[in-house]
Amino acid sequence: MATTPQTMHHTTTGIDNRKLLMWIFLANECLFFGSLIATYLIFKGEPMPGPLADDVLNIPVTSASTFVLLMSSLAMVLAVYGAHHARPGMMKVWLLATILLGLTFLGFQVYEFRHFAHEYHLGLSTNQFGAAFYVMTGFHGTHVGVGVIYLASLLFASMRRNGLGRETGFHVETAGLYWHFVDIVWIVIFTVVYLIPA
Amino acid sequence: MATAAGTVPQIEEAGGVWSWVTTVDHKRIGALYGLTALIFFLLGGVEALLVRTQLATPNGQVLDADLYNQLFTMHALTMIFLAIMPLGVAFFNYFVPLMVGARDVAFPRLNALSYWIFLSGGVLLTSSFFLGGAPDGGWFGYAPLSSEEFATTSKAMDFYVVGLLILGISSLMGALNFAVTIINMRAPGMTMMRLPVYIWMTLITAFLLILSLPVLTVALIQLLFDRNFTTNFFTPQAGGDPILWQHLFWIFGHPEVYILILPSFGIVSEVLPVFSRKPLFGYAAIVFAGVSIAVLGFVVWSHHMFTTGLATVPQIAFSASTMGIAIPTGIKVFNWLGTMYGGNIRFTTAMYYAVAFIAMFTIGGISGVMHASPPVDAQQQDTYFIVAHIHYVLFGGAIMGILAGVYYWFPKMTGRFLDEGLGKLNFWLVFIGMNLTFFPMHFLGIAGMPRRIYTYDSGLGWDTWNLVATIGSYTIALGMLVFLVAFFRAMRQEKTAGDNPWDAATLEWATSSPPPEHDFDVVPVVRDRDPLWYDRDHNIEPPEVPEHQHIHMPPPSYIPVVLALGVLLLGVGVLSHLAVTALGVVVILYSIWAWALEPTD
Repeated sequence: MATTPQTMHHTTTGIDNRKLLMWIFLANECLFFGSLIATYLIFKGEPMPGPLADDVLNIPVTSASTFVLLMSSLAMVLAVYGAHHARPGMMKVWLLATILLGLTFLGFQVYEFRHFAHEYHLGLSTNQFGAAFYVMTGFHGTHVGVGVIYLASLLFASMRRNGLGRETGFHVETAGLYWHFVDIVWIVIFTVVYLIPA
Repeated sequence: MATAAGTVPQIEEAGGVWSWVTTVDHKRIGALYGLTALIFFLLGGVEALLVRTQLATPNGQVLDADLYNQLFTMHALTMIFLAIMPLGVAFFNYFVPLMVGARDVAFPRLNALSYWIFLSGGVLLTSSFFLGGAPDGGWFGYAPLSSEEFATTSKAMDFYVVGLLILGISSLMGALNFAVTIINMRAPGMTMMRLPVYIWMTLITAFLLILSLPVLTVALIQLLFDRNFTTNFFTPQAGGDPILWQHLFWIFGHPEVYILILPSFGIVSEVLPVFSRKPLFGYAAIVFAGVSIAVLGFVVWSHHMFTTGLATVPQIAFSASTMGIAIPTGIKVFNWLGTMYGGNIRFTTAMYYAVAFIAMFTIGGISGVMHASPPVDAQQQDTYFIVAHIHYVLFGGAIMGILAGVYYWFPKMTGRFLDEGLGKLNFWLVFIGMNLTFFPMHFLGIAGMPRRIYTYDSGLGWDTWNLVATIGSYTIALGMLVFLVAFFRAMRQEKTAGDNPWDAATLEWATSSPPPEHDFDVVPVVRDRDPLWYDRDHNIEPPEVPEHQHIHMPPPSYIPVVLALGVLLLGVGVLSHLAVTALGVVVILYSIWAWALEPTD
């Protein structure tokens, strides 16, 4: 067995080590976002000075940004398909689309934060809604940002002469696991913060 | 038995600091973890001795209140996060690949990264003593004692937040690595129900870490924001909720208790069968009891908070679930006793520690069931009774188990024996010392002595037992001194241990002592739960070693150290200046990129 443990493909379960690592890591992320969302819910409905969720949230605008993020998941699926079926052109185009859609979502978030801060004077110290909202959605946005860097690195590396090598499909698929997870978290946050009335 | 000599050049003979800095060998990383944690363990011990010296007599004058608060807080943080956890991780590192029959962990470089980040976090947290004062709000840092209002004069609680965040990253990476290794890197024939119990407990510990650390991370981030970025998550006068901190902390904190004790459960489950010359009694029961303890461990956290005014129904629910943990724990204790029953027992030092573990842990477990009852807890909360309980569980349990492991595995790790005479002396001093120290604390607690007071008046009925406890703590220190003598003496001995000096059953004993860099010349085949005993009893010879085989191991790498440095800079930046944080981010991004492109074969 002249392979290193890390590239050894004969694992006990048949699942690649790195993919298994990503799955277990996402279990850890579930608890991370679960705690942030729980904090938000604990303060929801408590008496506190405004502005509160009902005063500031603009549901149509955020529905649009949510749609953008969901479409990025579709683009991610197509990129994974291209990577698995030896169609590098398709893979690169849809990776680029995923990155751009992710950046668009982040743009919406920057707009939303600025709008809340300047129009409604909602800051971190204003009340617990502001604190919990900014920290929770801020960490989600950070995760989208890390995902954008992750996908951009893959895209950049795939431009090299050898591309991503023999394991192209594997690398893009593992990145996809992360990307879809971050999307799913947003669906939960969107439901909890925007759709469920106070 | 197969030995490594001659088949592959022994890279591990190559010395030099650089080879240790860049190592990705799980055995070397295990040794680094072990030695670092031993140093922190001694440091935490010195902190405890200072605390006990101050309390030896009424109106002690050794420490002032401020330094006393720093010392008891740092004693807990050091022992929990920098000694017991990494001592457990040292054994995970060394023995998980060996016991599942693998050549290394699943991610060798990630393993090195875990160690270097752990070292960074430990040094950062300890350096707070010299940089304006160490954390002084207790190890669970209750708000608002930890908030800006009461801890505003120094950076002490920021060191707490940043130190624990960094240590959490390290623990998470280690846990992910061991979980993948155990699930995915097992030797042929090593089914889940043939895994050594130690490996099962490691797997459970890994999942406890993976699922509980993020909750602490969120709580620490919120505290960081409260202290530095004007949020009011935990400040009551601004609408915040200090009880929220307690909930988040203990959702992590209670699984953490099992993170500390389960590795010792595993070690004892290896030591007892070997020195009773008998297979473990009730293997499946012990495994499933371990799993139930882990699951129940997530639904009992509020028993730390009975006195915060929980409603009646939650009190009953959390009381019942807490008492429920006594059932799987009791199953384990009876299985250990059943393992010894009728066995041909060899009373080595490792066995002494394992038997003492059962007795001491049971005492700690029983006092735990006592304050699982809310009315009893209302009497005992924040008294020395609780201090007695946690020390019976963590010293009598976790540390005794770890010491059993040290004596049991020392020949495998070094090829040498720890002296049995000094070992017995070490055992009796530690055993008597710990009972002298911690048993009187039950009486002190019942007599109403609160924990975390830096001094007390005479005439409260606390004088005698405090003096006894202090004498006990110095006895423990003497016992650990004997251990250090035994350790340094053993390291000067010849390597006479041989492959399997204890006639043990698990795979780590199928290779040379210490094992070669690639662990096994031929990956073993597992035919039974006790593979080496099965092969011995069925006259199965070890496989032939091929004449010219080439086993490719991952090359050393300096990138983990650079990445850990980036994480340290990030932490230092949060404590000092934004520019340092930015530098840390750049170093981290650069080293992740270099990591991804570094060839591994």
